[in-house]
Amino acid sequence: MTVLFGIFLLTLLLITAVAIVRARNLFVAVMLMGIASLLIAASFLLLDAADVALTEAAVGAGVSTVLFLSALSITSERERASSSRPLISLAVVTAAALIVIYSTFDKPRFGDPEAPVHSHVSPWYIEKTEEYMEIPNMVTAVLGSFRGYDTLGEVFVVLVAGIGVLFLLSGGPGFDSGKSPPPWAKAGLRHYLIPRVAGRLLIPFILLLGLYIQFHGEYGPGGGFQAGAIIAAAVILYALLEGEQNALKVLPRPVLIGLMAGGAILYGAVGVLGILMGGNFLDYSVLAADSVKGQQRGILLIEAGVGMTVTGVLLSIFHSFAARRR
Amino acid sequence: MAMLLDIASWILLTLGGFAVLVGGIGTLRMPDLYTRMHAASVTDSVGAILVISGIMLQAGLSLATIKLGLILLFLLLTSPTASNALAAAALVAGTRPGARQRDDGSA
Amino acid sequence: MAEQRAEFMYYAVTLATLVTMGLAVVRAILGPTLYDRVLAMNMFGTKTVLLLAVVAFLFGRPDFLDLVLTYALINFIGVFAVLEFFRIRAARRQDSGEAGR
Repeated sequence: MTVLFGIFLLTLLLITAVAIVRARNLFVAVMLMGIASLLIAASFLLLDAADVALTEAAVGAGVSTVLFLSALSITSERERASSSRPLISLAVVTAAALIVIYSTFDKPRFGDPEAPVHSHVSPWYIEKTEEYMEIPNMVTAVLGSFRGYDTLGEVFVVLVAGIGVLFLLSGGPGFDSGKSPPPWAKAGLRHYLIPRVAGRLLIPFILLLGLYIQFHGEYGPGGGFQAGAIIAAAVILYALLEGEQNALKVLPRPVLIGLMAGGAILYGAVGVLGILMGGNFLDYSVLAADSVKGQQRGILLIEAGVGMTVTGVLLSIFHSFAARRR
Repeated sequence: MAMLLDIASWILLTLGGFAVLVGGIGTLRMPDLYTRMHAASVTDSVGAILVISGIMLQAGLSLATIKLGLILLFLLLTSPTASNALAAAALVAGTRPGARQRDDGSA
Repeated sequence: MAEQRAEFMYYAVTLATLVTMGLAVVRAILGPTLYDRVLAMNMFGTKTVLLLAVVAFLFGRPDFLDLVLTYALINFIGVFAVLEFFRIRAARRQDSGEAGR
């Protein structure tokens, strides 16, 4: 029965994806992307992947629609007719699709216990998480400690992506060069009473949820990536309600840049601290007298770093879009 | 007692599922935006209340029930607000209730 | 016996929610106005909240509720962004209209 639900969701996802490609109006495409994100999160959850589903939820529901609409408001709503050769693209896509479909024939059946993914390193992770770290969420253990290098790389990818977007959006024609913005840009949704009152009421709860997800990641689904996106969503909500300028007063640009870089530096510093205290890079066991305590402390610190970087990057991107809009 | 709770949650879940379905059909069949919003709000309010309280009865007294209560509370706060914001957006852009619909020209 | 009955009800509610999600997708694709699509997206979000809450209990995994809580709290931000988008567009049109006069 659950498999049927999954197939139904995937069919809806396919229909939505085709509709996104066919939509000529980009606003429509953004709305359909929102639906696609919800469908993907639901499918992840049906496959029992709560951590990934939570990431999709935090980014897809709070941040990506806002960023897409910010991008739309500095460009045209209508997609220009493509000038490329459709036949060549069709041939390339068909060939790639055939290769991908052919490669799936070699894959093990869905849920096969003998599949390589279940018989290679996974049993070791499952066995050792309890022994080394004594935390119930294995995803956090794998992400933060066993494969800490990968996560360090991801944090730097996020940081580099943020820097890239800032480079693309600041400067050039249309950039806000100190001239005072028109009055409508400052107001936000201040004149819409019901959204404003309800929104302001909810901001503290969203922040609280973000902190809960951040620090509860070792016990339930969650961690720095999700928490960073949720906290960024709370600040973006404040910016929408009170005007983007006022949000900049709460968290000015230098603070955001500091969060971006500081998170990545914190992660790296934890790694170096491991070397200084006589272990390997990103080996947290040496961070405390008891190796289990050390592991837990290390995971807590690097998750904080991840959360800082993600919050800083998402908010910087949001503000640089808003700066161009004026 | 357990039997009674079971029957109560059974009724709540059935009615909730019914409300959700009715709202969904209404969203598809109603003639213009504002009437469709009425139908959608049936699923958001009545449907959510019935389904979530049905599950709460099944969960008994536990952390899950508290979380469900919070979810219901936040849903009841956010979804009418979102509907209000949507109606305001439609009004700002000049859609009037009962007016003939403009197609946005996307297919 | 009671357990099985509850499970049957969960399946029924899940089915009703899934069908409504399908209807919302149809509404999102048909439109016809932009706001119908926003409405469909917003309704789809609430339906996802209900679906995931039921699925969490169907699977016996109450920790999934954190995800549901996240959706219940932040899914409406998108609609606020839509309102802001149209407000700015209307204000800009007014600005350029006055400049042209």
